[in-house]
Amino acid sequence: MKRVAVLIQPLLALVAAFVLTTLALLSTGVSPLEAYRLILFGAFSTPVRLSDMIMLAAPLLLCAVGLSITFTGGLYNLGVEGQMIIGAIAAMVPLRLWPDWPPLLLWLMAALSGAVGGALWALLIGVLRRYAGVSEIFAGLGMNFLAGGLALYMVLGPWRRQTSASLSGTDLLPRELWLPTIDRLRLAPAAPVIAVLALAIVWWALTQTRWGLEVRAVGLNPAASERLGIATARRMAETLAACGALAGIAGMLQVVAVHHALIPNISSGIGLLGLLVALLSRADPRWLLPIVVAFAAFTVGSIQLPLTLGIDSAIAGVLQGALVLFALATRARQ
Amino acid sequence: MRIAVEQLTKRFGTVWANNRLTIEFAAGQIHGVLGENGAGKSTLMKVLSGYLRPDEGRILFDGKPCQLRGPGDALAAGVGMVHQEPLDIPAFTVLENLLCAAPPGVFRSWRAAQRALEELAERLGFAVDPAARLDQLTIGQRQQVEIMRLLLCGAQVLILDEPTTGITAAQTRALFTALRQIAAEGRTVLFVSHKLEEVAELCHTVTVLRNGEVVPPGQLVMPQPQEYLLTLMFGDAGTTPPVYRPLPSIDSPPVWELRQVTVRSGTLHLLDLNHRFAAGRIIGLAGLDGSGQQVLLRLLAGQLTPDRGQILVNGRDLSGAGAIAFREAGIEYLPADRLRDGLIGALSLAEHFALLQRTGVIVDRRTAEELARQAIAEYQIKATPLTPIAALSGGNQQRAMLALVPPTARGILAEQPTRGLDVASARAIWSRLQARRDAGCCIVFASPDLDEIMEYSDEVIVCFAGRIGPSIPRALLSAGRLAELIGGVGFEALVEAV
Repeated sequence: MKRVAVLIQPLLALVAAFVLTTLALLSTGVSPLEAYRLILFGAFSTPVRLSDMIMLAAPLLLCAVGLSITFTGGLYNLGVEGQMIIGAIAAMVPLRLWPDWPPLLLWLMAALSGAVGGALWALLIGVLRRYAGVSEIFAGLGMNFLAGGLALYMVLGPWRRQTSASLSGTDLLPRELWLPTIDRLRLAPAAPVIAVLALAIVWWALTQTRWGLEVRAVGLNPAASERLGIATARRMAETLAACGALAGIAGMLQVVAVHHALIPNISSGIGLLGLLVALLSRADPRWLLPIVVAFAAFTVGSIQLPLTLGIDSAIAGVLQGALVLFALATRARQ
Repeated sequence: MRIAVEQLTKRFGTVWANNRLTIEFAAGQIHGVLGENGAGKSTLMKVLSGYLRPDEGRILFDGKPCQLRGPGDALAAGVGMVHQEPLDIPAFTVLENLLCAAPPGVFRSWRAAQRALEELAERLGFAVDPAARLDQLTIGQRQQVEIMRLLLCGAQVLILDEPTTGITAAQTRALFTALRQIAAEGRTVLFVSHKLEEVAELCHTVTVLRNGEVVPPGQLVMPQPQEYLLTLMFGDAGTTPPVYRPLPSIDSPPVWELRQVTVRSGTLHLLDLNHRFAAGRIIGLAGLDGSGQQVLLRLLAGQLTPDRGQILVNGRDLSGAGAIAFREAGIEYLPADRLRDGLIGALSLAEHFALLQRTGVIVDRRTAEELARQAIAEYQIKATPLTPIAALSGGNQQRAMLALVPPTARGILAEQPTRGLDVASARAIWSRLQARRDAGCCIVFASPDLDEIMEYSDEVIVCFAGRIGPSIPRALLSAGRLAELIGGVGFEALVEAV
């Protein structure tokens, strides 16, 4: 009985999400089948689109992996978007200061700087929660706006283009500082490798190490964990810092592997999409990769919708959101 | 209203909490339901009051089968349950609490509701101010409010789960008078309890549950010999008396020493505490609920920081060092609410032992499981190393919590160590605690049960209205004197004398 329910519930959520999305599509008057062909398989239709999907999936996976740590620790880190932005800004610092240093060293420094920036930004949430009693949800949301403002300020202020300040971003980085990219495909193979590596490490840490067990215990029952001698506040801070660091690295990848500059919208909503992935996967590392690939594919596939069918690509967001919503709804019935 | 179940079965995983129960409770009587922890009493009551749905079987109200989709359904059908812990809204007044949950049409106005409440309170002999906020009432008063709320909302069957736990003797008397009145008016009362004396005093019939079944099948008419009921409840294990041992004299330094400590928590303000808690003693904290026992326990656990003064643990000054430092110094705190503050429900016993590992990066599962297996054998916990703690009964959870206390512990602080446990489980817990005492631990426990204080303490400290009395050797104390001190009679003279 239970086993059947385990299979039926996700299926039910899937069907419901597609019904809702189909209704939305029908209301615009396009053929749902054609739209679904693009959304579901569009990302796999050409090599370029496939590599676009991979380059979106890499930062998305990093964010989702980071969020699975904070979810396990019982925290809702809605500030992941801001941590990604700060990571991107911090990653820019060494790249702009010493552009003629060896690229490999600069990439490492950018990754480190991005990770530290994201982690510190996330720790601020912990400080607000612990010492000012601010819920991490509101602290995170508020700090996202702050981070977005900071990115805009950097783009229009200190790091503005030499010709004239532009909302489209800073000057492009020198070509040799781009993460090695297969030009024809716009694919930087290092990005997905880093993301999958992060997934493996976090999976191992959460399931095999004492630290992971303690984080789980804190997430399940902070009071009892404290009594058993676990440094609860410290573990919470560590989960926030780890998530912030991974989001920061995602931000760094956006700079050196995707946009090759700091743009105001450097995080592109990837952090929030990561939240949906983490919710849908219930922070279970085994589900992160497939869901990330599916969500990235929906997003990339739907980019062709305006051209071919004349409807907005936001329909991918409807599908993603509906999936999470119905998954949560069917789980709540348990 | 006559209430019955037929072939009722409720399973939790592999545990049969209720196994094909068939019972009927007649109207106009008080029915006792007895059973040890995990016998299935609470499950049956929750099924009857709509909090749980049965897996199989039928519920019959006045002979008519009834499907209950929730507590609201049950109340509409006339069944209301008073829980052990009040399920009300503490920030509301008595009247608001009554109105917010009343089915539509029961009260026409606030005034009507207030009049109905006052009338019922008078009939039942309860003294309750409709404008008082619930969080300012005692547990006993909140229970009275809850009983009246259910009756005013039309309950014909009133279920009470361990209603005398945590309330005063006077409130118990008032409760019994009210329950007799309620039954005399033709309603059905189900009285779930461990306390045989109370069941003997109050109930017309008794139903004994053991391992999810009624033994012997059907109701017994009271009175019944106490030994017979004990044998039904526990088999033969429950009737053996505890073994007393002479107190060893130990000359090691005190486990705790308080020097002019002042500490504040909520409205309680403990002033100028000077106490020594010697090793190898069991020290009972007696007092009405909220007289300062919890504050003292939390102070000794390092969870509260004193405003002034020093706390020495094993001779080391740990004032303001925090709970983790206290724990590292060998102090263990066992809270009353085991699943809220004590253990992590979703984790297994083995995982709890793994959490206590202080070395190594990787979880040493094999060692943890081995430790859990040993603890299960030694403490006779009904579980496997991998069973989630939340699936254990209260008694087994308490044993698990005790098993997790490291052998190096020097001081154990236990808040109501046998709360909600049956006689056999309580004795098992106490024999473990006594073994720890004999090994040189200092055990400080708080309990609302005076018999427990008198039976197990070597020394007794009475707390009264936020004041902590001196420690009195148990041998110099009679039950009557202890009851007086708890009520404040002669407390002043006792404090002066020291």
